Amino acid sequence: MLKIMKQSIFKIKENIALTDSIFKMVLLGDTSDLRTGQFVNIKLDGFFLRRPISVCDVDKKSLTIIYKIVGEGTEQMSKMTAGEKLDLLTGLGNGYDLTLAGKKNLLVGGGVGIPPLYKLAKDLKGNCTVVLGFNTATEIFYEDEFKALGANVIITTIDGTKGVKGLATDVLKDIDYDYFFACGPEPMLKAVYEQTKTSGQLSFEERMGCGFGACMGCTCKTITGYKRICVEGPVLVKEELVW
Amino acid sequence: MVNAKADAGVYKNTKTRVKTDAVKLGKKTNSKLNTKVILCGVQLDNPIIPASGTFGYGYEFAEFYDINCLGSLSFKGTTREARFGNPTPRIAECESGMINAIGLQNPGIDAVINAELPKLREVFSKPIMANISGFSVEEYAYIAERLDEEEQVEWLEVNISCPNVRGGGMVFGTDSKAAVKVTKAIKAVTTKPVIVKLSPNVTDITEIAKAVEGAGADGVSLINTLIGMRIDLNTKQPIIANTMGGFSGPAVFPIALRMVYQVYEAVKIPIVGIGGVSRAEDVIEMMLAGATAVQIGTANLINPFASKEIVENLLNIMEKYKIKDLKEIIGGAH
Ligand SMILES: Cc1cc2nc3c(=O)[nH]c(=O)nc-3n(C[C@H](O)[C@H](O)[C@H](O)COP(=O)(O)OP(=O)(O)OC[C@H]3O[C@@H](n4cnc5c(N)ncnc54)[C@H](O)[C@@H]3O)c2cc1C
Ligand SMILES: Cc1cc2nc3c(=O)[nH]c(=O)nc-3n(C[C@H](O)[C@H](O)[C@H](O)COP(=O)(O)O)c2cc1C
Ligand code: FES
Repeated sequence: MLKIMKQSIFKIKENIALTDSIFKMVLLGDTSDLRTGQFVNIKLDGFFLRRPISVCDVDKKSLTIIYKIVGEGTEQMSKMTAGEKLDLLTGLGNGYDLTLAGKKNLLVGGGVGIPPLYKLAKDLKGNCTVVLGFNTATEIFYEDEFKALGANVIITTIDGTKGVKGLATDVLKDIDYDYFFACGPEPMLKAVYEQTKTSGQLSFEERMGCGFGACMGCTCKTITGYKRICVEGPVLVKEELVW
Repeated sequence: MVNAKADAGVYKNTKTRVKTDAVKLGKKTNSKLNTKVILCGVQLDNPIIPASGTFGYGYEFAEFYDINCLGSLSFKGTTREARFGNPTPRIAECESGMINAIGLQNPGIDAVINAELPKLREVFSKPIMANISGFSVEEYAYIAERLDEEEQVEWLEVNISCPNVRGGGMVFGTDSKAAVKVTKAIKAVTTKPVIVKLSPNVTDITEIAKAVEGAGADGVSLINTLIGMRIDLNTKQPIIANTMGGFSGPAVFPIALRMVYQVYEAVKIPIVGIGGVSRAEDVIEMMLAGATAVQIGTANLINPFASKEIVENLLNIMEKYKIKDLKEIIGGAH
């Protein structure tokens, strides 16, 4: 598949808080060739490196991203308002390979690993089971949006304030699925890797220098060789992981 | 002495394309301005060279623009065997710069010759600078010898200054005697000009520069990255898995410029200026300090079009500062 990376300016349409620390930003710009599971790399005024953020949703004119405030860059992003502009590199990473999907797909997301699964659930026409893991009820976002797609949504919270008490992976054994997709913090991905019995795709994060394959900053080892998370990833197939 | 093949500015396969580019560039602004420079006997259409490790093997950037607008490019530091490099995180952000601890990840000389260079040739018709690294004098010489048959490779850039590997790289660049040994061993097996890439992590960079000049180096390039580190306030631990890494980007420009200036006074061989260059103005400063050609590193990672934009803006900046012929300003600040 031909990769098409682009650098272009997007205009913020809206930037709203979904929870205390999680924001949704809708951007208007050149969204052609943006695929499910890919990411964009965002230049922020006053910060040297770009910030990689997953594609949560995309249509002909707009791109939706969901991000969590974890440091100074994302904090600055959260203060931006409609009309302001951002310089984005788009079309980065491999994205999910839907040709490998099964008939009964399971999507497992933890925290800000959830956003890329939204467009995936959409592509699967809601025909999937989605497990969304959070720490606590006040951190929950996008439950209704996934439900609106027709997906079977299961919420887990570690403290039990909503849904099933425990980790996202605690509920997997009771679900009937023949393929899975997962995105979330690395400990969650590892647990998914260990507890799933079918094949699947997992989406990874790494600190990046460029985001498009030039610096070798984001490499990981796989069974099929060294892979750059930003080019041959962020999505890796379960069977190729070295864990 | 000007190499006849390079003088034409083109390699057989893509002659016409390169010519049209030259015409286009000339039309844009004053065609009387001359950006050509000669580096160790090889002519460059302009002095702009993306720096090793920030431009992959070139073809990644051909997805963004026609890289034939560049003077040359220096590819990722290549070793004898394939290397994974260091554990991640390998990258940390800084004010006006970044730290990297890649650790010379590369596919090894065989794969570079058989897979990477053919891919690069398809999209690039300008002379190539081959950046090589090693863990022993023999390894450096072996790679140099292998690259000697590659027609499009016009210079060997010998990296004796990588701060991110143990027992190799910088060990050779911080000790004059070791630097001399590597330079001599490479000169003995190659017909191509040898440019030795120097480390700024020394007390006196002119001492190493003079030593490699004495050993037969045809040029020097400087600087490689400065050793630095960052600590994560949340974990209270170093961000880089390897603790330290190489600091680069706009913040290092004044240091790089100063070192180019000092080395220009110390040696007669040409200098390739590197470090923090991110605008056409910086290129001019580097040349005034003594650089014959200038490499663009970290700037490419933040803005993939950086090198192209610098090439394009060079003519405007030349016009602005009334510079007709770039090669005439080399060392002009002395
Ligand atoms: C492919 C990919 C997709 C991502 N998708 C999302 C998403 O959809 N939503 C979301 O909230 N977050 C996502 N992240 C994580 C996001 O990039 C970081 O949270 C963000 O860069 C932090 O920036 P900061 O300035 O707030 O933090 P700081 O800690 O101040 O940042 C300092 C430096 O570290 C880097 N950094 C810090 N944490 C991470 C991290 N986890 N991954 C990569 N780089 C990091 C920053 O980019 C910056 O260069 C993704 C990361 C990757 C690699
Ligand atoms: C990610 C990264 C990888 C690098 N890899 C190499 C390398 O393989 N060989 C080398 O000689 N220099 C390497 N360098 C050093 C650069 O070529 C350059 O000397 C240095 O970064 C200073 O220039 P800059 O500030 O323009 O980046 C690397 C630099 C970076 C940022
Ligand atoms: S971040 Fe530069 S290669 Fe992946």
